[in-house]
Amino acid sequence: MKDATTDSTGMAYLTSLPRRVVTVWVPLSVFLFVLLFPFYWMVVTTFKPNEELLSREGNPFWVRNPTLAHVKKLLFDTAYPEWLWNTMVVSVVSTLLSLACSVFAAYAIERLRFRGSRHVGMAIFLAYLVPPSILFIPLAAIVFQAGLFDSRLALILTYPTFLIPFCTWLLMGYFKSIPYELEECALIDGASRWQILVRIILPLAVPGLISAGIFAFTLSWNEFIYALTFISSSEVKTVPVGVITELVEGDVYHWGSLMAGALMGSVPVAVLYSFFVEYYVSGLTGAVKE
Amino acid sequence: MDRILDNRNALGLLFMLPAATLLLAFLTYPLGLGTWLGFTDAKVGRAGEFVGLENFVFLFGDPVARLSLFNTLFYTAVASVLKFALGLWLAVLLNEHLPFKAFLRAIVLLPFIVPTALSAIAFWWIYDAQFSVVSWTLQRMGLIDRYIDFLGDPWMARFSTIAANVWRGVPFIAICLLAGLQTISPSLYEAAALDGASGWQRVRHVTLPLLTPIIAVVMTFSVLFTFTDFQLIYVLTRGGPLNATPLMATLSFQRAIPGGALGEGAALATAMVPFLLAAILFSYFGLQRRAWQQGGADR
Repeated sequence: MKDATTDSTGMAYLTSLPRRVVTVWVPLSVFLFVLLFPFYWMVVTTFKPNEELLSREGNPFWVRNPTLAHVKKLLFDTAYPEWLWNTMVVSVVSTLLSLACSVFAAYAIERLRFRGSRHVGMAIFLAYLVPPSILFIPLAAIVFQAGLFDSRLALILTYPTFLIPFCTWLLMGYFKSIPYELEECALIDGASRWQILVRIILPLAVPGLISAGIFAFTLSWNEFIYALTFISSSEVKTVPVGVITELVEGDVYHWGSLMAGALMGSVPVAVLYSFFVEYYVSGLTGAVKE
Repeated sequence: MDRILDNRNALGLLFMLPAATLLLAFLTYPLGLGTWLGFTDAKVGRAGEFVGLENFVFLFGDPVARLSLFNTLFYTAVASVLKFALGLWLAVLLNEHLPFKAFLRAIVLLPFIVPTALSAIAFWWIYDAQFSVVSWTLQRMGLIDRYIDFLGDPWMARFSTIAANVWRGVPFIAICLLAGLQTISPSLYEAAALDGASGWQRVRHVTLPLLTPIIAVVMTFSVLFTFTDFQLIYVLTRGGPLNATPLMATLSFQRAIPGGALGEGAALATAMVPFLLAAILFSYFGLQRRAWQQGGADR
């Protein structure tokens, strides 16, 4: 793998510079422009005063009189801070819960090799393929019956349905790469399975735990349909649902505060991602490669 | 106690317990309950009676439901093809020898990280009928003389939502395929080039065959999540204009939650399952054959 990347200059010297500009740099710049433009647009709109937003004159790509009015309105006149807090609580708790469940499940499936573990592993993979949009109606009925409707607990308990299968699948891959000999030595030295898991397997699987954790966190931060269905009071909403359902009032769209809401809901997860890009990418590709 | 903990079956069961409880209660049980609800006339707050295929017969006769099936298939087909083509292209570009490679890869994935509902708001504003920046630019360039009504016309709305979906999906596919590309040894390309293969032939006869297994998995995920997409349509059009753009997922939400007809919504959701199964089986058998072709284990 290392060789493949360092060697990838391989045949590049065969293509001339002008040709490379046309075949690589031009298309790549177009891709980057299109992929990043909506974010630029979010930022610009957030700081534009209303007169500039609703005028066709002048250059729309720049802000002439930047203003913090939209951000201020969002923070002080709406329940936005509460939504941020809710999203944070729900994401963190459901991620930790799912990680804990997944560590045990993955260890049992991959290392204990109990009878039927292969089938359980397959079932976990299939569970990952079940999309939330076919589960939310019966789940709404269950949440309602259990008296969890309109509470954060409803989200904390339902998010693991898509987090556990993913995390377990990812951790199974990591556990597989840890040599059996380590575990055998510890067994001979009289360690219990619990000690092996805590002292040997987990420390070696830290990168896997980080990947799974980051991925699970972003998935729960982005979740929409469950939060839309199971929550109705403003003070327990999450950011994506709150912005969509409460900031859109009638026919007049307050684009400035909508964009400020979208921007501030995206920044935390983008910042976290930027610190752990490598882990995130290895989680993404690791889950697909299996 | 110690004896039990040394038995791998008993311990395995114990370790599986937390995950299994959550998944059985909130995944397996709802999956069964959803199918059952599809055959009842349940309303919000009222357990339904078994009504057989009535919901499905009703939905089949309902023009909006039939349109949602068409929209879903159209949306999935067009978006998946575009995402695959653009994603593969972007992956090949990122696999070139570039400065700041890691940085480029990191920012390319941004659309996939950010909550879809929130980036959809940005698209909503970009697609605005009166103040769209795209229309502004095209008008200044003299290409159009009236602002485009991106979300107001049925076909424009379909293509606009597809464009937003492609925007979000391309990074995922590109990064996954890039991981596959990096495992292909450059010496294979050199050998092909020495044999006189052109650039396109190298892609067609070296890259694609070696990438097939990963393409199958990535595209299965992509098709599954595009087919059951909800957020983009919900935010951008709410199924409008005039009920022209609902997908099966958004229509089942509309009927079941604000509409209160749980049974009908569940029937719509259940109707998606055969399509999902077909996609999974297609890629599963596709994968197996490839493993054998490449000299892998013949199972």
